[in-house]
Amino acid sequence: MLSDRELEQYSRQLMLPDFRLEYQERLRASWVLVVGCGGLGSPLAIYLAAAGVGRLILADGDTVERTNLHRQILHGEADIGRSKAASAAALIGAHYPDCRVSQFTEKLQGEALNQAVASVNLVADGTDNYPTRFALNRACIRARKPLVSAAAARSEGQLATFDVAGGGACYRCLYPQEGANAALSCRDNGVLGPVVGVLGTLQALEVIKVLTGWGDSLRSRVLMMDLRSYEQNIVQIARRPDCPDCGDLD
Amino acid sequence: MKILFFARLRELLGSDCFEIADADCPADVAALRAMLRLSVNAQLAESLADPNVFCAVNQKVAGEDQTLKSSDEVAFFPPMTGG
Ligand SMILES: [Zn+2]
Repeated sequence: MLSDRELEQYSRQLMLPDFRLEYQERLRASWVLVVGCGGLGSPLAIYLAAAGVGRLILADGDTVERTNLHRQILHGEADIGRSKAASAAALIGAHYPDCRVSQFTEKLQGEALNQAVASVNLVADGTDNYPTRFALNRACIRARKPLVSAAAARSEGQLATFDVAGGGACYRCLYPQEGANAALSCRDNGVLGPVVGVLGTLQALEVIKVLTGWGDSLRSRVLMMDLRSYEQNIVQIARRPDCPDCGDLD
Repeated sequence: MKILFFARLRELLGSDCFEIADADCPADVAALRAMLRLSVNAQLAESLADPNVFCAVNQKVAGEDQTLKSSDEVAFFPPMTGG
């Protein structure tokens, strides 16, 4: 049951004719692991907390740098040098006291990664390199948790949901080649702040869809956007039987 | 057949699409990649050698052994990892 205060706070999303009370209750009962508190993680974490997601685990091993500030809007001038996860958790905790926030200020890997993934309902990937993305994919396959994955650089972005437990494709079904550190990164290729902001915001929407079942999610589909021209494409991703990461699952 | 490229791949190509005469339609995606790599500039050829640059046939991600026919809608998309 939602309290009167909760009904008031979330009234504008509950007003949608097909956004049911039980969806709001589901959000409140949900735990989401947000990996990466940068350009994607900033709008992602804020919108999830604002929408009423009950618990967020924020993970980022980096500290805030001046070059982050134009796009990583959870952090400000006073946060330079501070842990991104701690900075993000402080702001979200202050604005949204209903959301229980915990933080990993070290790089999330190994057993800690597996435990964190196992403890949540869904994982949202807003990281900036292949090794972390492949590791997260494997941890999600192992724990049978849906992975909502976004990426952005320059004027381009992409968003997809990988839900192997639901019969869908995994990240590696789309990107077979492990080894490289990064494809297109903000550090090396630059990015406009609102571009990564749009992708992080869409990622929050996608997390809400997957958690509640509202709307059409991007399970086994990838949305590609070029915001220079506003061109976008959605492409279906099939499970690859020979995928090294999910191929031997059931 | 028209081969479409998305975002930075299109910039590398320098035009909206690459056209192949229907009679020259490659047998499968791998053959298409090989044909394109001989026909485009070095930078785009290098990108097409990256297995993470994925090919979609009729809006579905296609494996390298997927067969092609001249009426297929074929597009290449670049990976990205930034966040
Ligand atoms: Zn897979």
